[in-house]
Amino acid sequence: MRQLTVLATGPQALVQDLGRPGNAHLGVPPSGALDAPSLKLANRLVGNPENAAGLELLLGGFHARAHESCTIAVTGPSVDVRVNERLVDSHSPVHLRADDVLAIGAPQTGLRSYLAVSGGIDVPAELGSRSTDLLSGIGPAQIQKDQVLPLGTPGIPIGEDVVPPVQIPHELVIPITLGPRDDWFDDPAKQLDGGRWTVSDRSNRVGARLDGTKLDRIVGELPSEGMVTGAVQVPPNGLPVIFLNDHPTTGGYPVIGVVPGGYLPHIAQARPGTKMRFRPLG
Amino acid sequence: MLLRRCGTDALLVEVDSIHEVAAVRAALAGIPEIDELVPAARTVLVVGGLTEARRALENIDLTAEHPSSTREVVIPTHYDGPDLQLVADTARITPERVIELHTGATYEVAFCGFAPGFGYLTGLPEELQQPRLDEPRTKVPAGSVGIAGEFTAAYPRATPGGWRLIGRTEITLFDPRADPPTLLAPGDTVRFEVAG
Repeated sequence: MRQLTVLATGPQALVQDLGRPGNAHLGVPPSGALDAPSLKLANRLVGNPENAAGLELLLGGFHARAHESCTIAVTGPSVDVRVNERLVDSHSPVHLRADDVLAIGAPQTGLRSYLAVSGGIDVPAELGSRSTDLLSGIGPAQIQKDQVLPLGTPGIPIGEDVVPPVQIPHELVIPITLGPRDDWFDDPAKQLDGGRWTVSDRSNRVGARLDGTKLDRIVGELPSEGMVTGAVQVPPNGLPVIFLNDHPTTGGYPVIGVVPGGYLPHIAQARPGTKMRFRPLG
Repeated sequence: MLLRRCGTDALLVEVDSIHEVAAVRAALAGIPEIDELVPAARTVLVVGGLTEARRALENIDLTAEHPSSTREVVIPTHYDGPDLQLVADTARITPERVIELHTGATYEVAFCGFAPGFGYLTGLPEELQQPRLDEPRTKVPAGSVGIAGEFTAAYPRATPGGWRLIGRTEITLFDPRADPPTLLAPGDTVRFEVAG
């Protein structure tokens, strides 16, 4: 059997693919890898389809033993990867023989590493996806030490590739389109433009919570309405929350604006304490 | 009807009533370019296919009766909820009359939200339209049937909740490995019957 035995999980190891979008009308969040470009890259490096299930590792610390030979790749921020304690490259296909032990260290910057294994993690799909949705409890449970992960049938690796790690900026400047509920805020563009925030340690896969400037909004609540990934919701305390992949499908707090999808991986990689500004788009 | 921008590839269509929401949803259902269509209490969120959606909304008649769904779901219910007496007292009727009213009505799934498979059903008789509990419960058991405002619903799984609970069902409302995964989808017709 092609399998991987987990020897250590680190703070949080989750099975993630590209999620289950298209089910919001049933109350089902999209879920999926927060830094999707990194998962897709890891999959390409080991010869998998881009949407194969890999592991999303929060702050590394993941160790595993291969039962049979397989190809792996680790992407995301720059990180130490070792096979039988010998340093190997991240962002590159690495061959494991039977009984080799893989150890992924903590990234020097950023938060989330992605591990792809040839054949993909072959756990049962739910609503067309193997992703763990931490909000709704859909998909496989969080990975535990000593768990044995089944692997699927491998494809053909594309061969050596030189890929730079994700660069993590010291300060994030995030574009935002105003609306749908910018009319709940007095001069929303000016408030967003002038505000200064840091990423809170209460952030998770549901949303990136920000500390800092409190946005001034109308008091009250909306009837619940549909929420997109990247929506910047402002609860009564005025501190914005940027919805990430495990976000609830509906919500009753006004959304001042929406962050374009291409910037969400940067937010998903931002450690607590990272400085953040918004740049309102016209 | 107001179209609100929601990022670069989504629109929030805002209308004045839950009936207009149903009309908008019906007008946009089946447009293949649309990736997500999420009705809610006064809005419909459209993700993808915005050109096609705008065109379909140009000539929409919000007052028209939309064709009702062909799918009818029956939810067998044991009417022994902890708030049945409270609901009866609030409406100044007997618990038996509450059950009669709740099973006598025909409902429609206006939208899903809050949790996977949690359908907000409209069509609740006026006597049963009552406020939420002052203190929400920290845990409402799966299968609980409740009412709140203009809606009734059955809880697919155990969650916190503030609805007044009048009964419970043993029917599966959400199974992520089933196809379809939810018993209810927007537009479905629903009735409740007394479980045997």
